[in-house]
Amino acid sequence: MTVPTDSGVLERRRVRGAHGPSRPRGGGRAPGKALRPLHAPAGTPWLYLAPALVVLGGLLAYPIYQLGLISLFHYTQAQVSGGEATTFEGLGNYAELFRDDQFWQVLLATVVFAAACVISTLAVGCTLAVLLTRIRAVPRLALMLAALGAWATPAITGSTVWLFLFDADFGPVNRVLGLGDHSWTYGRFNAFFLVLLEVVWCSFPFVMVTVYAGIRSVPSEVLEAAALDGASQWRIWRSVLAPMLRPILVVVTIQSVIWDFKVFTQIYVMTNGGGIAGQNLVLNVYAYQKAFASSQYSLGAAIGVVMLLILLAVTLVYLRLLRRQGEEL
Amino acid sequence: MTIVSQGQGRRVKPVRRFGRRPGRLAAEAAALLIAAVVAFPLYWMVLSAFKPAGEIESTEPRPWTLAPTLDSFRRVFGQQDFGRYFLNSVVVAVAVVVASALIAFLAATAVTRFRFRMRTTLLIMFLVAQMVPVEALTIPLFFVMRDFGQLNTLWSLILPHIAFSLPFAIWMLRGFVKAVPEALEEAAYIDGASRARFLWQILFPLVLPGLVATSVFSFISTWNDFLFAKSFIISDISQSTLPMALLVFYKPDDPDWGGVMAASTVMTIPVLVFFVLVQRRLVSGLGGAVKD
Repeated sequence: MTVPTDSGVLERRRVRGAHGPSRPRGGGRAPGKALRPLHAPAGTPWLYLAPALVVLGGLLAYPIYQLGLISLFHYTQAQVSGGEATTFEGLGNYAELFRDDQFWQVLLATVVFAAACVISTLAVGCTLAVLLTRIRAVPRLALMLAALGAWATPAITGSTVWLFLFDADFGPVNRVLGLGDHSWTYGRFNAFFLVLLEVVWCSFPFVMVTVYAGIRSVPSEVLEAAALDGASQWRIWRSVLAPMLRPILVVVTIQSVIWDFKVFTQIYVMTNGGGIAGQNLVLNVYAYQKAFASSQYSLGAAIGVVMLLILLAVTLVYLRLLRRQGEEL
Repeated sequence: MTIVSQGQGRRVKPVRRFGRRPGRLAAEAAALLIAAVVAFPLYWMVLSAFKPAGEIESTEPRPWTLAPTLDSFRRVFGQQDFGRYFLNSVVVAVAVVVASALIAFLAATAVTRFRFRMRTTLLIMFLVAQMVPVEALTIPLFFVMRDFGQLNTLWSLILPHIAFSLPFAIWMLRGFVKAVPEALEEAAYIDGASRARFLWQILFPLVLPGLVATSVFSFISTWNDFLFAKSFIISDISQSTLPMALLVFYKPDDPDWGGVMAASTVMTIPVLVFFVLVQRRLVSGLGGAVKD
């Protein structure tokens, strides 16, 4: 989803390069600042921001607050229908959650699954980006179009199609591989593997396109010099391209971490709500099932808070990395 | 996609020398093979949508069909209220795209063209807001919608989607707004344009390509959503959206694969069309207006 952000980054960098190192944060010399008192009263930016802040406050900040609140109460179907009064539980829900073996199992599965998805997506995306730079226009266009197709496919249709491809009875994959009626959704690892394939399929195009654009922006002299010095493909990637592409790689990695940690639709559809006996649950689906399937809204909310905190930690790392690169906000 | 087009405009000089020809041929063969593999699921989806029932549920699946039929599509479109679902999806997506684009445009202008206290804090908050797991907020949003009596209405889908696409849209539009030279703004004021006039008649058209790019993402996330539709549209299914219509055919024990594939095709095509349309728009936009 962030490609344009990156293009924004590239664009900005290009623009900044053209202007020389301009740093608008440096105070009153920036032309934008000089304009303001002439044409706009101090409240103007807030006027422009008002609709956004109202929407975000009401439908993002307030629900987050509510999420935290619900996680501190005893809140089940009886309370929802108004039959019983809500009781304050303090951290009781969290205590219950942390005592529950299944929670830890799901947390572990989520982390391992997300890590596997991120690593595979990055490996495939970067490899294909490098491949794109060494081929002529026609095969490049073919690969690019195929990738865009995978990218544009809605998660829910992607999930059903992959499920059909790997169907034990009617799917072509088992026929081609000669696997008979091997079921891909029965075993825990098989099912996770199938979901992983679908996730990589629909998310590698983002990485590929972004990294490819990044490689394109590296001056060809640099690569030529490395090639003349006798560096191998791998060496060029590791010692020249990867360091130069670091900012883009950071964005792509963090973005993938965030998406893959939050995978919902694929797991929900492909493993039919979390697999046999919940063997394929990840945190997101687990929270949903707790809340809406078994009406334990407060436990679901507590899981949501845990997810929120984990993703917040990832975001803070992201911000630090951005800052260290001198990316101005 | 923007980037791709930019990159392609600037031909990269081949780094390789002539001795590497066989290597390049191998790379191209590999690329074509991978393209085929990547495109195969989509091909199979469309193919299966046109296959007659006997061929879909066959233990000898073939990658072609000699008797294409519209039976599966007839089942999908013949489903009760299917047109309604489709319309609902379109209404929700269009409302979200238009509203979030306008709101994000104003907000992005505020954070790029003005310096004010809390600006950096706000930007960081927009960034953090992108990371919020939407699914986790389904629970409190359910109660918010219930308390405002909006369950089972399209508003319960439109409003949260606007909120969730805004932070990213603002973050992304920033770059586009920033790229419009400030000299232009000064010139406009010197020529006597009012602030509103500059905003809507000069800045807005220049940033439009960026807005279009943003809209791809809000469109896709809204069009694809099935979690909110599943959670907030609980009893009045006439307010449901396409993903739910697709899931009707998908019963885990005995899925109607023909119906699922036909519905998937119907659902995927608008997104593909949107991608293609917008890409062209983006290229011209980036090539012209934003360059300074």
